[in-house]
Amino acid sequence: MPLSDRHRQKRGRNFALAGVLVLLVVLFFVVSIVKMGGAP
Amino acid sequence: MSDSATVSGRVGEQVSAGTAADFAALLKPRVMSLVVFTAAVGMALAPGDLHPVLAIAALVCIAVGAGASGAINMWYDADIDRVMQRTAARPIPAGRVAPGEALGFGVTLAVGSVLTMGLFVNVAAAALLALTIAFYVFVYTMWLKRRTPQNIVIGGAAGAFPPMIGWAAVNGEVALGSVVLFAIIFMWTPPHFWALSLYKAGEYARAGVPMLPVVAGERETRRQILIYSLLLTPLAVLPSFIGMASPAYGAVAAALGLIFLVAAFAVSRAGAGDYRAARRLFGYSIFYLAAIFAGLLADRLWLGL
Repeated sequence: MPLSDRHRQKRGRNFALAGVLVLLVVLFFVVSIVKMGGAP
Repeated sequence: MSDSATVSGRVGEQVSAGTAADFAALLKPRVMSLVVFTAAVGMALAPGDLHPVLAIAALVCIAVGAGASGAINMWYDADIDRVMQRTAARPIPAGRVAPGEALGFGVTLAVGSVLTMGLFVNVAAAALLALTIAFYVFVYTMWLKRRTPQNIVIGGAAGAFPPMIGWAAVNGEVALGSVVLFAIIFMWTPPHFWALSLYKAGEYARAGVPMLPVVAGERETRRQILIYSLLLTPLAVLPSFIGMASPAYGAVAAALGLIFLVAAFAVSRAGAGDYRAARRLFGYSIFYLAAIFAGLLADRLWLGL
């Protein structure tokens, strides 16, 4: 497999992983606020 | 990491050929969607209140836990999946994801989903989620699947737990209502999978999986499908008799059940080698379960029962 294809593949996975991590951070943040009673 | 699933780059570097889509496929998204749906119905029917954010968090945990079970199942069953046409294109048998990667991915998600459920929601829901994952991986995948034609009867419990988890997420309890939801899916699983296995018996036999048609033959499988269908259909009407749902739901469930019974009866009467009725029952069974749970949800949301 050419190097560029491999990099493209890795980049796709990295972006997907970054997206999942950002969503997790948001989820943990919002849940923490709710659990602390900061939300209605 | 197996050579077939990796691409060697510079010296010392090994990169899995799996894309994000391959890892998503390890989570069995179609199964996951049904799991999330039934869990959401369990949540909606449970007495009590759960903050919407926590409900979403619980559903995410359930989805990830179900996906983790799927990934570990694909790791363990890669040898079987390779032989069966239906599963040969999965990421591990196709060589796009290394078995070890799939196992690590599944175990990490399983542990993470249970811990997160415990921290965010409650211990009962987390314990049920852990039990579900363990049941699917150890009892169904590793113990029963390759040993007994009762594999999907007992193993079906794993697929039946999600509404109980959803229910427990709301109030931390295992109640009669959640057990009824469990029982509906538990009784639905055998006719659903045996209808499929009737026309996939050859593949299961090649893979060495002792599904009922392989071990006991078509005739016995058709008989068992009818027996479980006779047990399932009254059970699906039960919620309207125990205050979980309205009579309107009961009427809809009875009508849907009647069609299920007609389809199951057609399977039982079909001749050897005639799988048209089995295909119809398999397709209808998916619609049936979705419709029963959608009916329960609609009942709760619109009629306020």
